[in-house]
Amino acid sequence: MSTETVDKTKDKEPLFSKKNRKLLSDPMNDDNPITVQVLGICSALAITVQLKPAVVMAMSVVFVMAAGNIIISLLRNMIPQRVRIIVMLTVIAALVILVDQVLKAYLFDVSKQLSVFIGLIITNCIIMGRFEAFAMGNGVWKSFLDGVGNAAGYGVILILVSIFREFFGTGTLWGIQLIPESWYMSNGGFYSDNGMMLLPPMALISVALIIWVQRSYNRKLIEEN
Amino acid sequence: MKFLHSIIDKVEPNFEKGAKFEKLWPLFDGFKTFAMVPGHTAHTGAHIRDGIDLKRTMFTVIVALIPALIFGMWNVGYQHYLALGLANEMSFIDNILFGAIKVIPMVVISYGVGLAIEFAFCIYKGHQINEGYLVTGMLIPLIMPVDLPLWMLAISVVFAVVIGKEVFGGTGMNILNPALTARVFAFFAYPTYMSGDKVWINTSTAEGQSVVDGFSGATVLGDLATSGTTQYSAMDMFLGFIPGSVGETSVVMILLGAFILILAGIGSWQIMLSGVLGALAMGGIFNLFAEYAISPEQQAFMAVPAWQQMIMGGFAFGIVFMATDPVSASQTPRGKWIYGFLVGFFAIMIRVFNPAYPEGIMLAILLMNVFAPLIDHYVVQGNIKRRMKRAELQTVKA
Repeated sequence: MSTETVDKTKDKEPLFSKKNRKLLSDPMNDDNPITVQVLGICSALAITVQLKPAVVMAMSVVFVMAAGNIIISLLRNMIPQRVRIIVMLTVIAALVILVDQVLKAYLFDVSKQLSVFIGLIITNCIIMGRFEAFAMGNGVWKSFLDGVGNAAGYGVILILVSIFREFFGTGTLWGIQLIPESWYMSNGGFYSDNGMMLLPPMALISVALIIWVQRSYNRKLIEEN
Repeated sequence: MKFLHSIIDKVEPNFEKGAKFEKLWPLFDGFKTFAMVPGHTAHTGAHIRDGIDLKRTMFTVIVALIPALIFGMWNVGYQHYLALGLANEMSFIDNILFGAIKVIPMVVISYGVGLAIEFAFCIYKGHQINEGYLVTGMLIPLIMPVDLPLWMLAISVVFAVVIGKEVFGGTGMNILNPALTARVFAFFAYPTYMSGDKVWINTSTAEGQSVVDGFSGATVLGDLATSGTTQYSAMDMFLGFIPGSVGETSVVMILLGAFILILAGIGSWQIMLSGVLGALAMGGIFNLFAEYAISPEQQAFMAVPAWQQMIMGGFAFGIVFMATDPVSASQTPRGKWIYGFLVGFFAIMIRVFNPAYPEGIMLAILLMNVFAPLIDHYVVQGNIKRRMKRAELQTVKA
């Protein structure tokens, strides 16, 4: 893509300067969209029962977010302030339809599992939030980094939660049986899967546990009151 | 006692600040104050309601639970031998021995795991150890089916103590009743071991024994939800000769516990009474509208006399020991009436309308636990408004 050349002519900053790297790394920890800003929770509840859909979802969001940020950043001086939300929605919707069609063509099983939630990426607050807060006021390269960073921060949490839920909920990871069949009580063993893990509340509780762990070593996130 | 005192005095320097086991001070302090009366008193008086301290409160509740526990042990044995057709040959002692072998490990696991977590949190945070877990640890085995695998019990306890209590700040800060949090976790995580007709009675057979023909291990509520009828008489339900969670079956023993709690001023009689009224109200409504039920089973369930609803399942146990938990219940006098009434009301509604969740009292109490602060808020606001009005009237008159 031509984004890099465009960017180089505009400012003389190196591509991965400290500031730019921060755009990528901040959303991973200090400014994570899920655990710190508490955005995009709905999809984190819905599609984290298994690892595979969660990974596909994370990748879809990375694509939509990065491409969307680039497009909005390119258009930012042409969009009239009053109709900007509609323009953003159109951009996201177009990208989401692209993702949806690709998934339907090449990953039909996962696409069926994710069902309506791919379509619902449109309403993911993280994407709209980054468009509004970042891409509308920053250059293309920076917006791209910001998009990738935020979507990856979202994806990391999604993947962590889904590993936790899939392993304890069904004894599998990526659909592969990890806990030996002979351990199960139905086969004379002692083990039983935890059905609570498959219910949506457990996604909230797992996200809460991640927030707890994160804050216990990242002290600057703790509010003072 | 003197002997104990001298030992405690001797080892105390080891735990003081700067000494070898400084980190374990909360642990030591916990044991010391458990064994001896602490030598200090509170310096600020804003929250004194009674001279009684937390340890004595907790201990009274445990005393109130003992009748239900002993009966539960006996009933576990009795139901086991009944299922094997041996009930007439077995003596009282046989029954209680079999029950004790099944129930005591549950109590030990519950206390062991729960206290270990509590101590670990206290040491990590540097707090004093408090006694919040003493009652919870006794309640948890009493509300579980006897055949629940012990490791599931342990995981439920871990969940209840960490997620139900410690994340909110420990004893006295929890929103939900911790014992019910453990049960609700087990109920949703391991539904096959927490409901149905296989888990309430231990039917393990030794050599030469077998389960009697036509045996059914379903609880009264399970029976009613699936078929609308039950084989047990109201007298059996009242006395407790029925399958169910360990401590919940005998209404007589629970009433004995309720009597101790009310006499000691620890359990709120307002909540118990209003809970019974709420259950009667909902049961009465169901009796009136039974003919509009969607299925014959449900119709039979709805037609069960309102007073009988109260001696089935965990209703009595829940309303006496769980709904009255001073931390998670409403605090204001009027709030207690509203809270208790709604607990009883929803308990009967859930158990009748949703056959998948026959244990309505558990969900009803947890639901109202969440609403208790809201009820209190409106009671307090209402009081303020009324007094403001009165004050205004007086100034107008003057």
